[in-house]
Amino acid sequence: MDAAVRDALSARLLAMADDELVLAHRNSEWTGHAPILEEDIAFTNMALDELGHASIWYGLYGELTGEDADRLIFFRNAGQYRNAQLVELPRGDWAFSMVRQYLFDAAEYVTLNHLKASSYSPLAEAAAKIATEESYHLRHTGLWLRRLGLGTEESHGRAQAALNVLWPYARQLFVPLPNDDVLVEAGIFPAAGLLLNEWTSMTRSHLADCGLTVPEEALPRRDVDRAEHTEHLMALLAVMQSVARLDPEAEW
Amino acid sequence: MVSATMLTAEAVRDALAGVMDPEIPVISVVDMGIIRDVAVSPDGVTVTMMPTFSGCPALHVMRRDIEAAVLRLGAEKVTVRVVLNPAWSTEWISEEGREKLRQFGLAPPPRHAGDPASVAFFDLAECPRCGSTNTTMRNAFGPTLCRMIWYCNECQEAFEQFKPL
Repeated sequence: MDAAVRDALSARLLAMADDELVLAHRNSEWTGHAPILEEDIAFTNMALDELGHASIWYGLYGELTGEDADRLIFFRNAGQYRNAQLVELPRGDWAFSMVRQYLFDAAEYVTLNHLKASSYSPLAEAAAKIATEESYHLRHTGLWLRRLGLGTEESHGRAQAALNVLWPYARQLFVPLPNDDVLVEAGIFPAAGLLLNEWTSMTRSHLADCGLTVPEEALPRRDVDRAEHTEHLMALLAVMQSVARLDPEAEW
Repeated sequence: MVSATMLTAEAVRDALAGVMDPEIPVISVVDMGIIRDVAVSPDGVTVTMMPTFSGCPALHVMRRDIEAAVLRLGAEKVTVRVVLNPAWSTEWISEEGREKLRQFGLAPPPRHAGDPASVAFFDLAECPRCGSTNTTMRNAFGPTLCRMIWYCNECQEAFEQFKPL
């Protein structure tokens, strides 16, 4: 593989892996705290699924760079993480976590759909595998948005408030990485603009069905570089990495 | 103890038929349809397997158990490869495997033609206790990644179904 392609692809894979890992960790915070037992089970399962997907992306990243997933996860600082800010925000209330998960699931859905046809076969194979599991997520969160949006005044108000905060953050998922054009040209990864269009029409239509209004887009103020993070990521990593860092040489 | 060169792929497969899924200990990795290939060469044995659900914590245990089972046959070197392609499907669980799931109390996954989502939410599961399809899905997620929770309106008891993938 050409060095420019390898660098661009490994940057992309790391972004995808970090998104899944950080979201999985946030979602796992609901384990034991979800509003009802059935949801506790469901959301914990989804967190575990995302962790599995993260490990696939870290694996592909490792094949290109020789780096080890556990070192990457437990020994990088916040500034070295490449996840979008969307997934590091504190879990908020139930509506906040559901709206976030829905926006993320929809982004994964449109991305995986294109990646199934990627010219880099390990990426295409992984996308096909992950897409089968993701269909359960999108259906689940899509239904939750309907329940919240069309439920009571209280549930609608909470879902709308969450959407107002999260919509601008979600757009960061579609900010091109500096060398994405190399990947687009090689047919490895779709153009971010294309994904954004597909995601926008998909989510707008469903959100409207749920009685939710997409906020004004005049200020796409969260379209920042993925090296930039909120203070929440540091707090998250402090919890996630604390045990591994107690004894970095320990074997698990 | 036999030398690795005398081992046959068939003998390895027979041994794998005794390696159980740690979360559903009545069904073997062979019945689950996750063994993609067995290759025996003078250099050792290579078993190629596919993960069921990619986040399944049992994957590591199955991998270890497969390796141990082949080593017990006398192989000197065993490599267990995990591949994602083709993506594993519940369609590959054997008929015997489906029957074992039912006897274990887990409704087998509904058949689908490559589109699990088309049946996952619409086909009614058959209660493994009384055989009734007068059932209601309670949760598309369950106690492990591969299970859904149902309720039988005849028995008035909850049961689980292996999730179609």
